[in-house]
Amino acid sequence: MGTVTIPPFETFYAEHNSEVLGLLRRKVGRDRADDAFQETFLRALRAYDRLDHGEHLRAWVLTIASRVAIDVHRRTKPAGEMPELHHEDTRPAYEDLDELTDGLPAKERAAVVLRYGYDLTYDQIAAVLDSSPDAARQAASSGVRRLRKESQL
Amino acid sequence: MTVPTDLDLRFRETAARSGLLDVGYDLVDSPIGPLLLAATDRGLLRISFDPDLEQHLEWLSRIAGRNVLRAPRQVDGVRRELDEYFEGKRHAFDLVLDLRGVTPFTERVLMELARIPFGETATYAELAARAGSPKAARAVGMTMNRNRIPIVLPCHRVIGANGSLVGYAGGLERKVALLTLEGVLL
Repeated sequence: MGTVTIPPFETFYAEHNSEVLGLLRRKVGRDRADDAFQETFLRALRAYDRLDHGEHLRAWVLTIASRVAIDVHRRTKPAGEMPELHHEDTRPAYEDLDELTDGLPAKERAAVVLRYGYDLTYDQIAAVLDSSPDAARQAASSGVRRLRKESQL
Repeated sequence: MTVPTDLDLRFRETAARSGLLDVGYDLVDSPIGPLLLAATDRGLLRISFDPDLEQHLEWLSRIAGRNVLRAPRQVDGVRRELDEYFEGKRHAFDLVLDLRGVTPFTERVLMELARIPFGETATYAELAARAGSPKAARAVGMTMNRNRIPIVLPCHRVIGANGSLVGYAGGLERKVALLTLEGVLL
């Protein structure tokens, strides 16, 4: 048990939201700051009930914001980790993935398509799947493993 | 710098949709003064006349979890039914309640309380009898005093055996206003 009690989320949000927005505007620019702001506080909200003490909450949320800013920059670069897929130019990547992943269990399929077809982050995928980012990452990677195994048969 | 209102509202809306909130609340105006409305995914948890927000946040957080956020969307249904009630267009509420943590006795009393119709009253002793504890009029009085969901659970309809209003946790003037709205008092 920590010595500093964890305030209700409303109190935490009200205390830090303007500083977070300021940081994000500097790091990703005004246009992209609003989305990054939402993502920062959603990530915080997702982890908030797992915190075991209320110390360093400011540093904690500013760290989340910095990571979100890094993700924003990464997302706007050309996607280097897209799997090599044969597809016609007119078809979006996720359509190919749709067919390719047809045989996967539903959760793995969703994780693979969302990650590699829509380029969503694991946090976003976790929100879609209603699970944790770790579980989303695991679902995507076991989906990919299964696909590899199947293509070797 | 403050966060622009539309961005702030957008986050609160997204948070309410995300399923990550333990409690969503809002502060709304009503003819009997500002009200705090708070709901969880189980249902309506709290209605209060008390303006001490910080104390509410702590209570909500303690009873339902610390992901408490002002999120009007979470109490949309409650707000709508209350508006209709205050406009005289609604006589019965159709809301699911979150009564977590109350004792079986309290729950029994509150369920009986909920059956007293719009525009009618019962005495503390009558309510005690209906709840199966005819000698517990005093305990019923305490239960009314601690009612977490006034208006919807109509403790304002419970009065003394001699017809006196007795008391109301939200202040007697509010009890008078509610009973006047319902046509019990002129």
